[in-house]
Amino acid sequence: MTKAVVTVIGADRPGIVAGISEVLARHNVNIEDISQTVLDEIFAMIMLVDLSESDVNVGELRRELRRKGEELGVDVVVQHEDVYKAMHRV
Amino acid sequence: MPRLDVDEVIETVEMIRMMNLDVRSVTLGVNVLPAARPDPEETGEEIKSIILDVADSLVETVEEVEDELGVPIVNKRIAVTPCSLVTAPSVREHGPEAPLVVAEALDEVASEVGVDYIGGYTALVYDGYTESDEAIVKTIPEALSSTERLCASMVVADSRYGINMDAVKDAAHAVKRIAEATDGHGCARFVALTNAPENTPFMAGAFHGVGQPDACINVGISGPGVVRAVVEELEDADFRTLHDEIKRTAFKITRVGELVGRMVAERLDVEFGAVDLSLAPTPEPGDSVAEILEGIGLEECGCPGTTAALHLLMDAVKKGGAAATSKHGGYSEAFVPVSEDAGMARAAAGTLTLEKLEAMTAVCSVGLDMIVLPGDTPVETVAGLIADEAAIGVATGKPTGVRVILAPGKKPGDEFEMGGLLGKAPVMKIPDKKPTMFEREGRIPPKPPR
Repeated sequence: MTKAVVTVIGADRPGIVAGISEVLARHNVNIEDISQTVLDEIFAMIMLVDLSESDVNVGELRRELRRKGEELGVDVVVQHEDVYKAMHRV
Repeated sequence: MPRLDVDEVIETVEMIRMMNLDVRSVTLGVNVLPAARPDPEETGEEIKSIILDVADSLVETVEEVEDELGVPIVNKRIAVTPCSLVTAPSVREHGPEAPLVVAEALDEVASEVGVDYIGGYTALVYDGYTESDEAIVKTIPEALSSTERLCASMVVADSRYGINMDAVKDAAHAVKRIAEATDGHGCARFVALTNAPENTPFMAGAFHGVGQPDACINVGISGPGVVRAVVEELEDADFRTLHDEIKRTAFKITRVGELVGRMVAERLDVEFGAVDLSLAPTPEPGDSVAEILEGIGLEECGCPGTTAALHLLMDAVKKGGAAATSKHGGYSEAFVPVSEDAGMARAAAGTLTLEKLEAMTAVCSVGLDMIVLPGDTPVETVAGLIADEAAIGVATGKPTGVRVILAPGKKPGDEFEMGGLLGKAPVMKIPDKKPTMFEREGRIPPKPPR
């Protein structure tokens, strides 16, 4: 079971969720949890995704989502779930 | 992970994107003792073969883990068994130049594997010299000037055995000769140590101790950037709150180091050794121990109060870090390398004196590190610095060292550029008077038994 946390931050505009989700769907990455907010016109979205059925690994997904982020004008960070678990769960 | 905690995710992303959260070093320790042969060429070939067996995929594996976790891993290194043990048969058979062949082999294999440094051209001489130790010590300057990645060290003192003042003197001569042979730059790859840890991932003093397994992975945690950012946000906090927040941060960054170490060790099928809790700065803006101390409350690092600030920092980092790892090791201290820390280098142009640095090393390890002195500094003065740090180490039981750069033709106040992660620093002022004690020979005895 490989899970990753995808964080998307940038100026709000139409199509951000669609653009990011399209990449995830194309690689069969399942979205397990999603939290999204717009604060002072800054868009912020955090997703927990599952890559176990996917045709890409975390590194490949990160590179592709970052490219998509550049197109959309947002900053995308993709991190293995284990990093969060290690840092925040005792 | 139960559900997404937005604050935790944002904190982690900020740490990595804005505060340089990373893993400073992944170092593979390798036992090369089985390579010892009477023929130095054969020894060199055997060392290469042992290292390639275990380290062939080190860099690839570390990069794979880096990519998978999304956490930068800055340095990949190798540490080997102290060379003087490995070269003992070849020195006996072929004389004191034999270790130079081994030095070359180590440098070649480091380049082949793709690591930035290989440590272990080392002699443990705190309680006396073997024939092979003498050969290593004598050849250190040439070994460093003819290689690029090799690191050398001498362990000149130990709390249990005292200070070998003859070795201190030899180490000072080595520094002088390295400086002459390498225009000062090679000095960054040599350290004279006291109470040397056998499992540190950090150079120049890393070697693979004789109590270690055939191979193991040791990890150095993230640099000071994250702690600095946390301290800066706590301008109005009282000391306990500040201490507590540093402790929490140290816990988190150490957990990342532990995770990386476990993954790399598992994939290389070697043991996971220790996590070194040291905060190792780089010349990058913000990645500075001096700036943490200034954030705790100093107009500039080096003014009165600096030692207390460093003590607070170290205590908190150790308490948080030790709770976060299954095994801490190495130095586990804040490093205060002057040239490698942009804040220290700035302070060393005025506020931070050599004497204050020495006082600071009484509450943190690694001693006088990456300080730049004039090229014509007398050898006795260098020996005096090494002996003083050895005394602090022996008296406190902590690891200390001296890594001093003698910059040819430079005077106090001039700047000396080391390049890259080694940074640059002003040449520090040192008293004109020098110690005369090195006319004597022998040892300063150890501390009384506990």
